[in-house]
Amino acid sequence: MSDITEDTVRHLANLARIALTPEEVTTLTSELAAIVSAVEKVNEAVSADVPATSHPIPMENVWREDVVADELTSEQALTGAPDHDGSRFRVTAILGEEA
Amino acid sequence: MAKDALMDFDKALEKFEPVIGLEVHVELSTKSKMFSSASNVFGADPNTAVTPVCLGLPGSLPVVNKDAVRYSISLGLALGCEIAETCRFARKNYFYPDLAKNYQISQFDEPIAFEGSLEVELDNGDIVTIPIERAHMEEDAGKLTHVGGATGRIQGAEYSLVDYNRAGVPLVEIVTKPIYGTEGRAGEVARAYVSTIRDIVRGLGISEARMERGNLRCDANVSLRPRGDEKLGTRTETKNVNSLRSIERAIRYEIQRQAALLDKGTAIIQETRHWHEDTGTTSPGRPKSDADDYRYFPEPDLLPIRPSRELVEELRAALPEPPAAQRRRLKAEWGFSDLDFKSIVNAGLLVEVRETVEAGANPQSARKWWMGELSRTANEMNVEPSSLVTPTQVAELQSAVDAGTINDKLAREALAGLIANEGTVAEIIEKRGLTVVSDDGALIAAIDAALASQPDVLEKIASGKVEAAGAIIGAVMKAMGGKADAARVRELVIERASA
Repeated sequence: MSDITEDTVRHLANLARIALTPEEVTTLTSELAAIVSAVEKVNEAVSADVPATSHPIPMENVWREDVVADELTSEQALTGAPDHDGSRFRVTAILGEEA
Repeated sequence: MAKDALMDFDKALEKFEPVIGLEVHVELSTKSKMFSSASNVFGADPNTAVTPVCLGLPGSLPVVNKDAVRYSISLGLALGCEIAETCRFARKNYFYPDLAKNYQISQFDEPIAFEGSLEVELDNGDIVTIPIERAHMEEDAGKLTHVGGATGRIQGAEYSLVDYNRAGVPLVEIVTKPIYGTEGRAGEVARAYVSTIRDIVRGLGISEARMERGNLRCDANVSLRPRGDEKLGTRTETKNVNSLRSIERAIRYEIQRQAALLDKGTAIIQETRHWHEDTGTTSPGRPKSDADDYRYFPEPDLLPIRPSRELVEELRAALPEPPAAQRRRLKAEWGFSDLDFKSIVNAGLLVEVRETVEAGANPQSARKWWMGELSRTANEMNVEPSSLVTPTQVAELQSAVDAGTINDKLAREALAGLIANEGTVAEIIEKRGLTVVSDDGALIAAIDAALASQPDVLEKIASGKVEAAGAIIGAVMKAMGGKADAARVRELVIERASA
């Protein structure tokens, strides 16, 4: 059994800034619950003494030298933007959530 | 917005014990960004210091900047931290356009550095030890400009403009454990702590550490608990505190504000608050999210970092002297009084004075230039003294004074030339015609003229009143537009009196 409730779905939707209708909340609650239950099957296969894996390939310390390269111009940067002012992206004002 | 009620500071401390916690963000001065090869610059045209990684474009992948990792380890070591055998990056998910990916790459449960402590010195010389919880690597966010509202703030804005030049700039976030027992000095301790971190990162050469540019930022957590209580009170986190003075003021303000609320029986809301420099107050921001809401998970695009023990030891061996120890050493070497030395430290000019001395000037002169003429000029121009001239230039200027090429008055003119970028000290002296006149012929002519109007001076000197020569030196200086070699004038006058 999963713990996905309609409140969980509404909370996640709010965090993801997605507006949901009450019908969508109902549908997504049962769908998400089914998905989470399916993923929970992994718990049956893995015992507690298996460490969590965050990457499938045992590699580490892959890095680059501190060198500047391959920068875009602002024209290139804005190519795919739905809206801009010529040098900056223009977005809908959202009440602040700066990290 | 109604003005918050405040309790008198002393009364607040009688009733409550303040507990503070500090989060300091340090922007590293690497050439390129944390995970992309875009340049790490300040003040470039919008969206020119970007690559597809900074814009979160599909198919782009982050790669860790090796120097950013080295800098982070050095900083962790300077904070007395353990360096992790292995650490990982994590995604911190949130939806806000300051990062195009909809997540920030940060570190969560496996930071690169943890469990440290830092000694900071207060104004009166007391040492306070600040416990450090962790220092982790992450990326900075882009810059939003809100357009349309009357105030330029987010409230009422019609849209926002985004510049991703700062997105992906390497940051180290340093988090303290709760700091107890600071009492009425909570604000001062916080200021001294941030100032010490500034000294450390400058000493390491890993950050410009200019608070007015946001290279160094501090969020201050404050909570109060009634005297005798064990349990910590609800805390607020004040952001946007971007000067040392504001840190002290913001903490003092929060103590007074929270005390007034608690005294009335009103609960403190756990929230982010914004500091307003102009009014000296804080105002509520968003309610603080739980860590759960960020849905942290290991960053699948990056591999773990395992700093070799050889690298850690190499960086440890290269650490500069800790700031507190360096201050004790410099004060002794320079032979300054407590007061003179403190004034330099409090003005934030220790690095400048030290570098000027290292460039060859004597400590008294180095102090005089930075604390005097340069501080005054910087104040008038509303800039930092360090932005006017370099320590090497000041040392060159003083060396011209020591050599007798220019005197103090002419040196101030030469300094004005340096500030105006007119060239080297030698070039400015040449161009502005600032050399002192020590040619005996010219000096004797001026001395004769001065003696003609003050004929009794020679007799006074002959009868032992050598100080009477001052009147002639003054007159000669005036006649020669301040360019006379005062020492030579004095010699010549005394010579004449004894002839």
